Amino acid sequence: MKKFLTILMAGTVIASPGLAQHSHESEASGDKKPLWSQADEYYDPDEMAEARAAVLHHHGNSPYWFVMADRLETQIHEEEEVLVWDAQGYFGGDINKLFIKTEGEYSFEDDEIEDAEIQALWSRAVSPYWDVQAGVRYDVEPDGLSHAVLGVQGLAPYLFEVDSAAFLSENGDLTARTEVEYELLFTQRLILQPRIEANFSAQDIPEREIGSGLTDLDAGLRLRYEVKREFAPYIGIEWQKSFGDTADFIEASGGESEGTAFVIGVRGWF
Amino acid sequence: MVSRREFLGTALQTGALLGLASLLPAWARPSSAGNMGLEALTGTNFDLTVDRFPVMIDGRKGMATGVNGHLPAPLIRFREGEEITLNVTNNLDEDTSIHWHGLLVPFEMDGVPGVTFPGIRPGETFQYRFAVPQNGTYWYHSHSGLQEQLGHYGPLLIEPKGTDPVSYDREYVLVLSDWSFENPYRIFKKLKTMSESYNFNHRTVPDFLADAADEGVGEAFRERAMWGGMRMSPRDISDVTGATYHFLINGHATADNWNGVFNPGERVRLRIINASAMTIFNVRMPGLPMTIVQADGLHVQPLEVDEFQMGVAETYDVIIEPKEAQAYGFVAESIDRSGQAVATFGPRPGMRADVPAMRPVPTLNMKDMAMDHGAMDGMGKMDGMDMKMDHPSGHEMHEDHGSKIKRGPGVANVVMMPSSRLGEPGTGLEDVPHRVLRYTDLRSLEPNPDTRAPEREIEVHLTSNMERYMWSFDGVQFSQITSPIIFHEGERVRMTMINNTMMNHPIHLHGMFFDLVNGGGHHMPRKHTVIVKPGEKLSVDISAEHIGDWAFHCHLLYHMFAGMMQVVSVLPREVNHPPGMKHPPGHKTSTKASMDHHDHGGMHE
Repeated sequence: MKKFLTILMAGTVIASPGLAQHSHESEASGDKKPLWSQADEYYDPDEMAEARAAVLHHHGNSPYWFVMADRLETQIHEEEEVLVWDAQGYFGGDINKLFIKTEGEYSFEDDEIEDAEIQALWSRAVSPYWDVQAGVRYDVEPDGLSHAVLGVQGLAPYLFEVDSAAFLSENGDLTARTEVEYELLFTQRLILQPRIEANFSAQDIPEREIGSGLTDLDAGLRLRYEVKREFAPYIGIEWQKSFGDTADFIEASGGESEGTAFVIGVRGWF
Repeated sequence: MVSRREFLGTALQTGALLGLASLLPAWARPSSAGNMGLEALTGTNFDLTVDRFPVMIDGRKGMATGVNGHLPAPLIRFREGEEITLNVTNNLDEDTSIHWHGLLVPFEMDGVPGVTFPGIRPGETFQYRFAVPQNGTYWYHSHSGLQEQLGHYGPLLIEPKGTDPVSYDREYVLVLSDWSFENPYRIFKKLKTMSESYNFNHRTVPDFLADAADEGVGEAFRERAMWGGMRMSPRDISDVTGATYHFLINGHATADNWNGVFNPGERVRLRIINASAMTIFNVRMPGLPMTIVQADGLHVQPLEVDEFQMGVAETYDVIIEPKEAQAYGFVAESIDRSGQAVATFGPRPGMRADVPAMRPVPTLNMKDMAMDHGAMDGMGKMDGMDMKMDHPSGHEMHEDHGSKIKRGPGVANVVMMPSSRLGEPGTGLEDVPHRVLRYTDLRSLEPNPDTRAPEREIEVHLTSNMERYMWSFDGVQFSQITSPIIFHEGERVRMTMINNTMMNHPIHLHGMFFDLVNGGGHHMPRKHTVIVKPGEKLSVDISAEHIGDWAFHCHLLYHMFAGMMQVVSVLPREVNHPPGMKHPPGHKTSTKASMDHHDHGGMHE
């Protein structure tokens, strides 16, 4: 019986802090009865307790994991060719999950990773379509900078997929990023995905070539074919532009503040 | 050909000499190449072994988990009132169980791990013993994990003690099911992480253009915006589909052409069991009307139809009277029209009936959302709609309706105005040009055994968030319930189910029948499983006769597994708490009871 309660408690704690509190209260008031127990008259009560715990756990409380490379692509610009990745995965139950997100850019010309970040976030479902996410982001490249992250991810009305977060760096700089995706089905497998990503900064961060305000905007169109739901190669185009001081910083160091790339890649999940 | 009555006579005469088990029942007689029938077991003593074994499905090899090496499991046949013994040996490396679907067994023999017994451990043999006061067509299946998806299901027939009110010359058992070569846990995970994985029926840009050409761009856009605004799809008919399923009749796909023979002019009884994990079927025999004589094992007044929709776990017995010496197709088409299984009945074995083209995919409408157009048109903003859904003002509703169920991560939708849809044919059968079964047409043959008005009413909401693949009753997944639903021995309860989801749910209560409140007076059809349509409000009356803890769940396997399950505890009236409990009576056993609407007891008939 004790084992059952322990398992039940542990399960509930993992599943939902809110509910765990509730179980804890009933525990404290000495209310240790199982939810039902009439079969205990016929079978070993300990075995029944174990089976009860299992049936409850397996019907609504099994954790699961998910890995998705939303974009794994080569971007072919006029001047250069880069490999871009944007992937995320999670482990957890319906309400609470641990999210890992990573994105970055590798330059074939320079044979080096130019940007790479990884985020570890606790994600909590707060409404039918929205999760609030909080955690840390670490920029492996270029500069090994850490950030605190607070964001939301979910499905907006009219089926726009949104992933938005604000980042506070260890230097005290505040930035933000919003990604919005949509899907247009030409057939059940041929899908056009418009995608917009916008970055913002609350201040100038010269060492990272970032100016305050809207820093840059990527707008892309990707046409994928879902060979299987889980695996879809795609082609597309992406237009990228930097704005304001950010553009000035980039131009001053000899870069382009605007460009269009042809992309080819795969989307996959498991 | 031997008629069934002759066969029974012969069986009774020779049964004593030879033992009944040595005689094949009429339906299973070998028929050269035809009638690739089901393995049958008769008698009062049955040995069943649960194993993993190879199967050939639709021309491809797979591994099944099931009983005695057969998919479906062997037909178990015995007589009403007989005390039978079933020894179930588990040769798997995981627990198993067998639940006797629809049978009024003592609850400790009901076979639900964690509810009525601990389950059958690997290597163990569990003995089920019971005698049931009923006859008819039933079935049995595993209630452990997702074993049912792997082939662990079979038919079960109980011969009537007295005369059968249905006369027939020949009978066949037709077990409908769905098979996937994917691991069921993989299927579940895909639903959890990408709930649309198996839906290849979405509306596309070309569909939009076609609609725009028909209805005008404005109307087509408004309609898309309305569904999109709610983040829903009018094509969420099934969540596991023909994209992974092979639909089977007696373990055979269309290409295998299971066939049964008849002599023209015979009355043939078909005992149809939907033993699918997830597939609601439309059943029809083009060119041949079917007379429904039994629903969920109990006799109904004969009702002639051309098609009926059959929820997972429902059974229907129909009589067909083919007059022509030709092949007739028996078509079981999945509700979302992503696939079908066709068998052949003909005067000669090996005939092959025409396979009909699949009909167009149905599209859900406003009624399925339980929202009327008037309310929609006045709505400028979708956020406004969410508010309205939370605070219904419909006169049909219980006053606390809005407060009981809240939107949240697990509840995407709370319907504004659920309606009775018992008089409607099933999803997608609204416009077919022939007679379709409606639940309001069913009348039990015998007067109902309990005709008392219900003493109290409880309301159960079917709830979900399709996007997160969360399914529940009253917004609470089984893993998070704080109390079972309490019935007291001897009471008559009206259970009103309100479907807040966009899908049809076959809802099943163990150990008791639902008396479907369909206007049938004292001839309400009594069912063990009832389809609740999207946006529907449906009532059943239940006599709480059998003490015990009974599983109550959606029979769509992955919905149940995701949390759409509860336990109904029928408590002895005197004690008012489970007999095994050490607690004094009167301590709080139910929060449910306090939510009941006592003031609604015995209302509307």
